[in-house]
Amino acid sequence: MEMLMTVKPVLLWSDWLIFLLVLTLILFFINLGKNPVARKRWRSVFASRVGMASFLVIVFYVLIALLDSMHFRYPLDKLEGSDEQHYSQEVNSLLDVVLEDLRGHDEKTYSSPFAIHSFSKENRTLENGQVVRDYPRLEYAGSHLRKHETVGSDVFERSMNALVVGLGIALVLALLIQLLRRLTGKQASAWLPWKTVYLTLGGLILVTVWILQVGGYYHILGTNKVGQDVLFQAIKAVRTGVLIGTLATLITLPIAVILGIAAGYFKGLIDDVVQYIYTTLSSIPGILLIAASVLLIDVYIETHAEQFRLSAERADFQFLALCFILGMTSWTGLCRLLRAETLKVSQLDYVQAARAFGVSHSRIIGKHILPNVTHIVLIALVLDFSGFVLAEAVLSYIGVGVDPSMASWGNMINEARAELSREPVVWWSVSAAFVMMFVLVLAANLFADRVRDAFDPRTVN
Amino acid sequence: MSLLEVSNLTIELPASRGPFASPAHTLVNGISFAIEPGEILALVGESGSGKSLTALSILRLLPDALTIIAGSVQLQGEELFALTEKQMNRVRGFRAAMIFQEPQVALNPVQTLEQQIGEVLTLHKGQTGQARRDAVVGLLQEVGIPDPQQRLSWYPHQLSGGQKQRVMIAMALACEPDLLIADEPTTALDVTIQKQILELLNQLRKQRQLGVLLITHDMGVVSEMADHVAVMRHGDILEYRSAVEFFANPQHEYSRQLIHSLPERRFRPSQQQPQALLTVDNLKVWFPQRQGILQRVVGHTKAVDGVSLQIHKGETLALVGESGSGKSTVGRAILALEQATEGDIRFDGQSLQGLSDKQFLPYRKRIQVIFQDPFSSMNPRMTIRQILAEGMTSLGLAGKGEEHEAKLEQLLERVGLEAQHLDRYPHEFSGGQRQRIAIARAIAVEPELIICDEPTSALDVSIRGQVMELLLELQRDMGLSYLFITHDLSIIPHLAHRVAVMKNGVLVEQGLCADVMDAPQHEYTKALLAAAPVL
Repeated sequence: MEMLMTVKPVLLWSDWLIFLLVLTLILFFINLGKNPVARKRWRSVFASRVGMASFLVIVFYVLIALLDSMHFRYPLDKLEGSDEQHYSQEVNSLLDVVLEDLRGHDEKTYSSPFAIHSFSKENRTLENGQVVRDYPRLEYAGSHLRKHETVGSDVFERSMNALVVGLGIALVLALLIQLLRRLTGKQASAWLPWKTVYLTLGGLILVTVWILQVGGYYHILGTNKVGQDVLFQAIKAVRTGVLIGTLATLITLPIAVILGIAAGYFKGLIDDVVQYIYTTLSSIPGILLIAASVLLIDVYIETHAEQFRLSAERADFQFLALCFILGMTSWTGLCRLLRAETLKVSQLDYVQAARAFGVSHSRIIGKHILPNVTHIVLIALVLDFSGFVLAEAVLSYIGVGVDPSMASWGNMINEARAELSREPVVWWSVSAAFVMMFVLVLAANLFADRVRDAFDPRTVN
Repeated sequence: MSLLEVSNLTIELPASRGPFASPAHTLVNGISFAIEPGEILALVGESGSGKSLTALSILRLLPDALTIIAGSVQLQGEELFALTEKQMNRVRGFRAAMIFQEPQVALNPVQTLEQQIGEVLTLHKGQTGQARRDAVVGLLQEVGIPDPQQRLSWYPHQLSGGQKQRVMIAMALACEPDLLIADEPTTALDVTIQKQILELLNQLRKQRQLGVLLITHDMGVVSEMADHVAVMRHGDILEYRSAVEFFANPQHEYSRQLIHSLPERRFRPSQQQPQALLTVDNLKVWFPQRQGILQRVVGHTKAVDGVSLQIHKGETLALVGESGSGKSTVGRAILALEQATEGDIRFDGQSLQGLSDKQFLPYRKRIQVIFQDPFSSMNPRMTIRQILAEGMTSLGLAGKGEEHEAKLEQLLERVGLEAQHLDRYPHEFSGGQRQRIAIARAIAVEPELIICDEPTSALDVSIRGQVMELLLELQRDMGLSYLFITHDLSIIPHLAHRVAVMKNGVLVEQGLCADVMDAPQHEYTKALLAAAPVL
């Protein structure tokens, strides 16, 4: 902790963006209080058990991403005869501090989950000079074990320990919430599915505590080729996944919505221009376009090396550029859908009625068209989100994805190509990426489902 | 033994569990009726009364969500509910056939007429080759399709709506069924076509001794066609008697309502005033037809081709025509929702042609519109409050605070709704209530002229009368003028002072209501009037 007082904070561009994103979300929910209709609808989202549980899971992911976005550099020991403070070239985040045990314990190469021996044989010289080929003990995992202790009983003991601690924390938290509810009046929040809230929170806390308790002594999900803890990598990749999903989607949205609705509503020349643009864009293979743009960015980084003094800054810039490029090349599908839907909606009688009242174009679009195409936007948002997380994996495959130094599920899946063709198979890396990605995408899908149901007036009653 | 005997038929929507739990709901409640060979039984009722469900359950085509919990259906003495699905397939189409309301969607657009009708013949009679072709030609001839030989290779889109319905009938008759179930067979058709189709049905049942179950909501059609009438409401048969007795002396209160839902044929006195509120002079609306990559204009669709009419203060002009005659386009052109190609529109002496959106704004307040379909004319995502206030805000007529609130409540009460409805959404209202809201929205800005684009044709008959009464009442109180666009001739005498008849973009006849309706001059007007079924 003392170390933390002297560190130098680092704010990467993507950190700014993620803070901004969370801030707007918080402001959005605060603002909801002022609009009774919208509040009622969002209430129905959170009143459903599925909606509430998936929301909590998403919040948990976002919290991990936030924690991983508070970057800083450790100070280096002062050189003799110099007063100037130098800082480490390595950029760390708060998450690294929390998961210090997982981060620091690098082995030499692969090891399977909960193993205390390496996955591959090594030549070892015994004390009597004899050379044997055997599985060596891992440097960190299980190094605390005494001779007669077995992994199973030790893990069980520690898990029980974690269970007790986790339940304790969950109980305290639940009591705090109950107390808060008492104070604010129990009736006011009776509509929330509290049982689900407690269960989900309890589950998340238990998992966290267990990982913190056991993760320091074993590699829960094994290690990768260079001996890094896979679980740590998968957790670090949360930030990449959440960011690439949201940022790329946020870039596609305004382009697709503005161009699509403009084309469908104004028709004529504007429609022609928009159609030509997206037809041209979608007739170029997306991968080529992205690869070319990424290479351009690489050239820019090479020629402007002075702007990127830290490797983390370089990786961050490349990452943001990738989000931007992904967003710029994948708005055509949504745009096409929105154009078609707008064409349909703008012919409906209520739009005609609004025109007969002399309502301005911008108001018609804002009040009549946009709300009636949001279901498409919402669905596209979620599908794109998972699509972008996956696209990142594909791009890493051809070497134009995020920087290899950056943890990402795409990079993990990409490595799995070689791992899955080994005998015996190294399955934990890809499984870890899959499970982490699956939980996030599933939660996002379920939540979007509830939101769509709540905002479609035909399904409200 | 009757051809068809339905007894104690009960259909239920079973109780559902889970988050959307609802108790069981009876949709058809123990109804019984019978049809003799060569007889037409009209099953009459408003939407939601269960008449279509009854028809579907006879052929055992009910949606899976619904269950028949009691009753029996006997076709020529054979219990249909006891048959296996395979045996039932021999009944459908073979002994009992069905024709639907929308011929547009009931025909497969990628199959020729020969393939579609022939499919039934091959399936049920095993006919192929030349024999099948001859049979198809014979059928097409019987239902009155001209040049059946040439039309064998035609696709449905090449036929008109009436011809499509004829093809549907030909398909239904292909296997010489004994029972024909016709579910609103003419609702989607124009009156002149409706008359032809009804005549065809009548003639076929006489030739073939066909028993017909005719489902309809149109009392005019019933009085022309039916031998027996069964009136349905909320799943019950209220009255079931021979047609003659039924019309002479209806027993049930609801039956009387249905019969008298058509207003009396009483002409409104004309209100000649020297000054015209709206003058349309030689209006032309042509839509360019574009072709090729460069979208060159290769010709024009002349939707409206030289229409001149006048509407005086406090007067109703009915603009009558069949679908595609361009009558709605006239209304849209007056509202400047459509660009007029030629001609002049003057409102209160001022020309409206060539005004920019902004210059037109003052007239938006004075000319308003009510649309046909109350389900699409309101934004489903806005509350009634927002819907009513939108026009007032846009035209700068919205008051502040309490005053505004009072105005909105007053508007709703004016059209027969309650102030507490303000914060509901349109989908919470029935069709008639929605149309009332649409009327409230139009009168919110206190217009002088309202273009009514078929405001009653999507409504059930009993509600239709109420909405018309409301319009008349508003006209008296507020001195409104209406341009009443409609295809329904039966409501005109009650509503309009003058009538203009439109066909293919041109006015063929125009004059006082009494003159046009009682002594039509033009051939087309005569045909229209003759085709309209009357009680």
